[in-house]
Amino acid sequence: MIQTQLAIIGGGPAGLCAAISAAESGSKVLLIERNDTLGGQLVKQTHMFFGSEKQYASTRGIDIAKILLDKLEEHKDNITIMKDTTVLGIYEDGVITAMRDEDKYMKIKPEALIVATGASEKFLAFPNNDLPGIYGAGAVQTLMNVHGVKPGNKVLMVGAGNIGLIVSYQLMQAGVKVEAIIDAAPKIGGYLVHASKIRRMGVPIYTSYTVKEAIGSDALEKAIIWKLDEAWKPIAGSEISFDVDVMCVSVGLTPLNELLVMSGCEMQYIPELSGIVPMRNENYQTTVPHIFTAGDSCGVEEASSAMVEGYLAGLCASDHIGNRHPMYEEKKADFINQLEGLRSGPEAAHIRSGVEKSLRR
Amino acid sequence: MIEKTGIPSREQVMDVFPDVERINKGPVAVIECYKEIPCNPCTTSCKFNAIYIGDDINKRPDLSEEKCIGCGVCLSKCPGLAIMVVDGSKSSETVDITIPYEFLPLPKPGEIVDGLDRSGAFIAKVKIIKVLNPKSYDRTPLVTASVDRKYLYDFRNIRLEETL
Repeated sequence: MIQTQLAIIGGGPAGLCAAISAAESGSKVLLIERNDTLGGQLVKQTHMFFGSEKQYASTRGIDIAKILLDKLEEHKDNITIMKDTTVLGIYEDGVITAMRDEDKYMKIKPEALIVATGASEKFLAFPNNDLPGIYGAGAVQTLMNVHGVKPGNKVLMVGAGNIGLIVSYQLMQAGVKVEAIIDAAPKIGGYLVHASKIRRMGVPIYTSYTVKEAIGSDALEKAIIWKLDEAWKPIAGSEISFDVDVMCVSVGLTPLNELLVMSGCEMQYIPELSGIVPMRNENYQTTVPHIFTAGDSCGVEEASSAMVEGYLAGLCASDHIGNRHPMYEEKKADFINQLEGLRSGPEAAHIRSGVEKSLRR
Repeated sequence: MIEKTGIPSREQVMDVFPDVERINKGPVAVIECYKEIPCNPCTTSCKFNAIYIGDDINKRPDLSEEKCIGCGVCLSKCPGLAIMVVDGSKSSETVDITIPYEFLPLPKPGEIVDGLDRSGAFIAKVKIIKVLNPKSYDRTPLVTASVDRKYLYDFRNIRLEETL
């Protein structure tokens, strides 16, 4: 049995920041990551981030990952990193079980735990959606930005949220033609500055359109879209056909919550946070007192807020086990203030509503 | 409308453009940040305190046309690539417009390329005047094109032969 003060599940933006913050508070941290690299989705993000200086605004995601890994290195005496390790279960006695390198099983007993498992992509149901060439946006980013492989030559992007818009832009930077971006909603969901920079490259954006079907024998050859009326019903005769070898589906994320569900903490379906999320207090502590959460696993939002949530959860989980940072109150107030800043605009109205519903005071 | 197409209306563009008198005096930024988002690197990167957002980082940036010298630093810092610099002091026929351009290959000074509007449609051939890509711009190069004045409010992008 491995004993540690604080275990953190997930080495993405929230988990990395939680580890740094907890180590700064004096906690001994075990950071568990199922992949062989840390950084989560940050390593695929070649665009500059929004936010303010405290959330590394104007720095590219991949460089933010480097900044966080350097900070992690500064605290290497307090942080043990366990990669290639998948957490399998959380039990009522506080023991977590994990598997390393696909065959080594282990038990870990932390005094406190932060679940920062992120989110998974939603997919879309339409005929032939299993044809080769139809990808989730995360897979396209992994191919292009991690492995340097073009996913194809002509792309239909499905989804005009920030991820769909950003990945479209990155595809064009990689020399891939984006034929169009479509979205079932009547308005573009992502930031308009992202939409405008793709539109001025000549890529049309079709709002109120969805995929009717994919066509191809061995792989995707054609994508047919059709228009939705005000009740989101498809309009026959409105079909448009695109000769594409790639369809990139970017229709949102949903929290990866299985471990939290298993741990017995109270969960609730909150549509504004994109799924079933843990109830938590302002310290990001769930209803199981030693379990905290941060990032998309407690509500799908931007990476900027995931990082701040991680810093806050690391600070508060450390305090929970008796490692109070000398500037605990100041730091906590600052993190809460940063989150309020990121969430106070019109684009974050749904987040404000969702956060309110998930708060247990 | 921009929420459906990504293309700002002429009214929106005119609303954020400095007047021609200011443009004719020398380079000045044009900030096309049409919707409130939580973001403020334009203001923190400006050495001349010419861009104001304030404590609420969701507010739209407010440019002081008097303080702005059109240095272009904010162009490379804006995550939305929403800023350009216009300079009408060089000629009565043309205006120099500087845009952020994150594609390869980069154009070369002297090259004639396609000038595009905010929908990506071709408007006119334009001549590249300057290409800056120092390390401090962090892989967001700035390209300056000389554009016929009648396209002052239309030009927003370039297209090279080699690119798609």
